[in-house]
Amino acid sequence: MSISETANPRGSVVDRLRDALPKLVLSPTVAIVAIFVYGFIFFTLYLSFTDSRILPSFGWVGWKNFENLFRIRAWDTAVWNLVIFGSLYIVVCCVLGLLLAILLDQRIRAEGFIRTIYLYPMALSFIVTGVAWKWFLDPGIGIEAVVQGWGWTSFEFNWIKDREMAIYTIVIAAVWQTSGFVMAMFLAGLRGIDSEMMKAAQIDGASTFALYRRIVIPQLRPAFMSAFVVLAHMAIKSYDLVIALTGGGPGTATELPATFMYSYTFTRNQMGIGAASAVIMLMTIAAIIVPYLWSELREKK
Amino acid sequence: MSTAAKSSSFSAGRIILYILLLLFCIYYLLPLYVMVVNSLKPLSEITAGGMMALPRDWTAAPWFSAWSTAQVGVEATGLRPYFLNSIIMVVPAVALSTLVGALNGYVLTKWAFKGSTILFGLLLFGCFIPFQMVLIPMARMLGLMGLAGSVPGLIFVHFVYGIGFSTLYFRNYYAAFPTELVRAAQIDGAGFFRIFWRILLPSSGPIAVVCIIWQFTNIWNDFLFGASFSDFDSQPMTVALNNLVQSSTGVKEYNVHFAGAIMAALPTLLVYIVAGRYFVRGLMAGSVKG
Repeated sequence: MSISETANPRGSVVDRLRDALPKLVLSPTVAIVAIFVYGFIFFTLYLSFTDSRILPSFGWVGWKNFENLFRIRAWDTAVWNLVIFGSLYIVVCCVLGLLLAILLDQRIRAEGFIRTIYLYPMALSFIVTGVAWKWFLDPGIGIEAVVQGWGWTSFEFNWIKDREMAIYTIVIAAVWQTSGFVMAMFLAGLRGIDSEMMKAAQIDGASTFALYRRIVIPQLRPAFMSAFVVLAHMAIKSYDLVIALTGGGPGTATELPATFMYSYTFTRNQMGIGAASAVIMLMTIAAIIVPYLWSELREKK
Repeated sequence: MSTAAKSSSFSAGRIILYILLLLFCIYYLLPLYVMVVNSLKPLSEITAGGMMALPRDWTAAPWFSAWSTAQVGVEATGLRPYFLNSIIMVVPAVALSTLVGALNGYVLTKWAFKGSTILFGLLLFGCFIPFQMVLIPMARMLGLMGLAGSVPGLIFVHFVYGIGFSTLYFRNYYAAFPTELVRAAQIDGAGFFRIFWRILLPSSGPIAVVCIIWQFTNIWNDFLFGASFSDFDSQPMTVALNNLVQSSTGVKEYNVHFAGAIMAALPTLLVYIVAGRYFVRGLMAGSVKG
């Protein structure tokens, strides 16, 4: 469908320049992406096989950084935390998002207003969310103190200070921030469902519950797919929220791969290991994103 | 589509439904309430266990403190200089990435060539990579370019990694734009830029708004790049807020922290309230197919 070919009578310099113009306009972007995305990916990939410490260095060490990485206990914690955080985050966001979407899809008065309230956390920085929840969950001044002040003196909620439970506070804050967005995705999916089919099922006497379980939810598969991809990729990249909410602590209890990478690279001067952890993060995301992009772009043809 | 059409008047089910919706409203608004209320009361009321209560002594002092006198890192400058940094950083980065995205989208749809879809796919993948993968080489590159630890350096970084999404928006928008119009203009002798300027750009308003809002929100809210590539005096707002909250030695001034958090949230929140429709559209187009 190239237009430039039809408008190419002769090959004079001006004509050729004119034909090349679209590609010329695109070329800065191509150069930028080639250097700053793919060039940098290869640079970091290369560093992960070197003995880099405080600065990049090019002594080849083979797989040693990766072997060491998986022997470091903090990395083990970070990976397990990501598994716990990621799966809970995705599941809770999807369940809550679907529930809210279905509730809002019942011809609600002031639907637009309520939707605005459910979705506004998405406009906030994770740092803001982190600060708000950090003090809200703080046992000294937050809900624990408040509920105790109301007279229930044995009430305890100190997850944020508890090594075992702290990771769940990250889930709480992250779900608060993103679930409205998942709701919006499901709501868009619900609005796209064929209403004829719904009417037919209703006439057949199907209950509301059966209607949703049998007809509506199966049709939301594309919305589930998108939600999964977006949430999974956000979970793997989670950094700001942890820094603001717990700083990775208590101890290393809420360390995630993203915080691990940062501290090993820039504060512990183990750049080779930091690069290796970044490579693992990239591989994980690529495993999710590449098939998704592939199917999205191919469908459009 | 509604299954409750038959009972849209008041019934037990409808009442439960509205109560549920109201409870969720409270859930989402609670942290905002906590932030606002506690930014307007003296510290003693918070430490005495009154976080959920309305202020007894209303005071704007925490706001003044957060803005101009609070200790951020080593200096007692308040958040004002960092708020300005963020503005100086956001405006050019948004403008540049949007402009380049519009041109890219135009080329990729109306002047498509062999391999342009693959090129677009490669560009799009760049939006999703974990940026941990580019931190080390980017730090070196900014050093080589003489932009290390500066606001222009941050502008450059945000511009570079903003192109992917802005191209995505404009490409998907221009794909639906009738190609016949472009061809007709070409037969009339209009050139590449003239067609863009006269035919596509005038109808690009909505997608430009979507793109600008998306880039603004993302860049304003960024923390990772800000924390990695800024110096003490070039920090963006998010980094400064985090320093304010984490670094306070001695007494933790929660009310000042909350005031600062609202300041950091205010620009994007305002955009969301004024142009929420476009914000949601941008979110959806950035995840679901365009």
